[in-house]
Amino acid sequence: MAGSPALSEPTGWRAWLLSAEPHSRWQARLGRFYLGWRSFTRNPLAVVGLAIVLLLILVALFANYIAPYSPIVGGDLRTQRLLPPSETFWLGTDDQARDIFSRIVYGSRITLFVVVLVSIIATPIGLLVGTVSGYLGGWVDTVLMRITDIFLAFPRLVLALAFVAALGPGIENAVIAIAITSWPPYARIARAETLMIRNSDFIAAVKLQGASTPRIIFGHVIPLCLSSVIVRVTLDMAGIILTAAGLGFLGLGAQPPQPEWGAMVATGRNYLIDQWWVAAMPGIAIFVVSLGFNLLGDGLRDVLDPKAAK
Amino acid sequence: MTKPLLDVDDLRVRFHLRTGTVEAVRGVSFQLGRERLGIVGESGSGKSQTGRAILGLTPPPGEVTAKRLAFDGIDLLTASKRTLRTLRGGRISMVMQDPKYSLNPVMTIGEQIVEAYQAHAKAGRREARDRALAMLEAVKMRDPARVFSLYPHEVSGGMGQRAMIAMMLVTDPDLLIADEPTSALDVTVSMEVLRILDELVTERGMGLIFISHDLKLVSSFCDRVLVMYAGRVVEQLEAKNLREAQHPYTQGLMRCLPTLKDDVRPLPTLNRDPAWAQ
Amino acid sequence: MLDIQNLQVVFGTGRLRVDAVKDVSFHVEPGAAYGLVGESGSGKSTVLRAICGLAPITAGRVLVEGRAVTTPRGKDFYRTVQMVFQDPYASLHPRHTVDRTLSEPLAIHGEKDQEARILQALREVGLGPSFRFRYPHQLSGGQRQRIAIARALILRPKVLLLDEPTSALDASVQAEILNLLDDLRRKMGLTYILVSHDLAVVAHLCERLLVMRHGEAVEETTSEALRSGVASNAYTQSLIQASQGFTRDAKEPVRSLAG
Repeated sequence: MAGSPALSEPTGWRAWLLSAEPHSRWQARLGRFYLGWRSFTRNPLAVVGLAIVLLLILVALFANYIAPYSPIVGGDLRTQRLLPPSETFWLGTDDQARDIFSRIVYGSRITLFVVVLVSIIATPIGLLVGTVSGYLGGWVDTVLMRITDIFLAFPRLVLALAFVAALGPGIENAVIAIAITSWPPYARIARAETLMIRNSDFIAAVKLQGASTPRIIFGHVIPLCLSSVIVRVTLDMAGIILTAAGLGFLGLGAQPPQPEWGAMVATGRNYLIDQWWVAAMPGIAIFVVSLGFNLLGDGLRDVLDPKAAK
Repeated sequence: MTKPLLDVDDLRVRFHLRTGTVEAVRGVSFQLGRERLGIVGESGSGKSQTGRAILGLTPPPGEVTAKRLAFDGIDLLTASKRTLRTLRGGRISMVMQDPKYSLNPVMTIGEQIVEAYQAHAKAGRREARDRALAMLEAVKMRDPARVFSLYPHEVSGGMGQRAMIAMMLVTDPDLLIADEPTSALDVTVSMEVLRILDELVTERGMGLIFISHDLKLVSSFCDRVLVMYAGRVVEQLEAKNLREAQHPYTQGLMRCLPTLKDDVRPLPTLNRDPAWAQ
Repeated sequence: MLDIQNLQVVFGTGRLRVDAVKDVSFHVEPGAAYGLVGESGSGKSTVLRAICGLAPITAGRVLVEGRAVTTPRGKDFYRTVQMVFQDPYASLHPRHTVDRTLSEPLAIHGEKDQEARILQALREVGLGPSFRFRYPHQLSGGQRQRIAIARALILRPKVLLLDEPTSALDASVQAEILNLLDDLRRKMGLTYILVSHDLAVVAHLCERLLVMRHGEAVEETTSEALRSGVASNAYTQSLIQASQGFTRDAKEPVRSLAG
């Protein structure tokens, strides 16, 4: 499908999408999106990444249909503890006689929850701080960037640990802690982009039309910073998942009996030598999803941010 | 006429892109003796790609083909990389548009000229230095010794371009390709640079290919002019006979420029005939 | 219409101080076209940017329709004075369609009837409605500059500041844009201030012009005078000579003082 030579003239809906003379805002926007999609699909690894992320979403949505057992209530503690992978328990069972496959399936909800919430909180903060500080400059820039520097000075996990210690353990607090620690790099990127855009003629042109500063920042600067920040956020997802898992591993994230992948690895640690699957299965899940986000981010970068490609 | 310095026959430059093949240069042929040849065209006419193809500087994924592309009897298409390297910068040199981007920012101007010279001539440090200083003097630098130790960002655009010319001519090339050498410069400065270029080319009996969008400038500077349109040469004529140009594109290019002498309004515009590109 | 009195623009302080414009004055009548000519670093663009508020006015006054401009400029100012930039590739937002670019000024000033105004603006610069939803990368350089002109005119300003509007364009496209600017001025009774390094372009579009060098006014003259080759100043003379193309037997041109 992809990569077919453009020798023949496109027909039907494709011609409509690729039209050089769109007839409405929507056609222009969709046409642009379609071109992006075409160059995205030329990268097979990116498509694999997208597939993994979509799979994560689907599994999380339909967890109760997919999982054969309850993720929390275990089976018979005498006979079904720490069973190896078999036909009845695809990925084996853990020390509470719970089906690991079901726990991983339900755990995807927690992972997705973390990812979505962190990006919803951190991206706007980073974008806003970065563009405002880059566009206004002067003392605003100095103050905002020093605050950013302070946050950047701490390793993410350590700062998150401190926040969780202050707020109390739990998945929501872990998310807040991760979000608070992950916005500074986005602010940095957005600021760098803004500094490049700030003095361009098209910004001068809207200034000369009498546009207010918020209008310029939201309507003209942010749309241009958005793509590189989105790329960075996607690439960061892997790290965020790992941090969440790390907090879970340390017992500061999701609390038992919630099927959080990091916490699952932590319990599996006790049986690492004899019952390897207890720790390995959630570990593989973390690895696959992190890889998926990384591949997706790479693909998005090629499409959205042609400067950084190669 | 004796054997030409450069013989180009049916030169083609193609770029194979994902969206299809784009032919930037489509069958350009010309011969060059020790003379000043101008190549004129608007953006996208393939004039710069022609110059780059001769030097083997076509950026990937470009592909260069020609029935014949020979410099002084050496076939440039089949020559080994080693031969090409000694030719490039040695016997064929190129001056680019903006000195800001073609000079190495972390080396002094003098070092760069010395390096260019030593890359092609077996010469000691002292001799190379003398050559470089002589060359800086030849491009009319007022204080060659001082300019020698300056970094590119410390000199003005005109001086940078003169330094570039000095670097390109220090190896005494037989052919110089100048791609828009003055369009980044102010008019008065560019006249000065052109005058220096003109003197050196005449003195040393070099062949010169002068690539530019400025028909007026090229015709006043060169002996012969090739006019390119959409990758082809549409007209080839003696610079002094420019007024008798036959092709409507050349005529249009000449007329559409406002002049100080007469006040034509509206200015005649160019009606592009698709047949020109055929 | 426009009065520039002893304008001075200074960037930076101390060792980094740059006197971009030193004491420049000129006056432009309503409906006239006034040219600022000079080489790079002459301060000609800075004068333009100081008028519209993109550069600071360190000293002196800028009067529009008899009133001194305020800093920051008010919305009324932007309805009177608009600007067209040099590089049409840099002056259009790369992610905005033509439609968005043209509707932005209307939205800022709360204008009604956007659809009709946009189509009219496109018509005025010689583009059809088919261009309305294109992105800048789907346009040629000349078409982009037409859009930039349409954007500047959509608020119906009286003064248009033109900063090298054709120097990034091919010669044949330059002719089209110059004709368009000429037409628009006649039809709408606009006042132009044109900045250019090209003497011929300025002489074509403007009646009067100011030659600038190193931030100072060298000479005020008329296009008529230029055409007849009369220039009292040696620098102007050398500019005229340079614009005629290369001459082998010419005298040495005036050396730039800065070196």
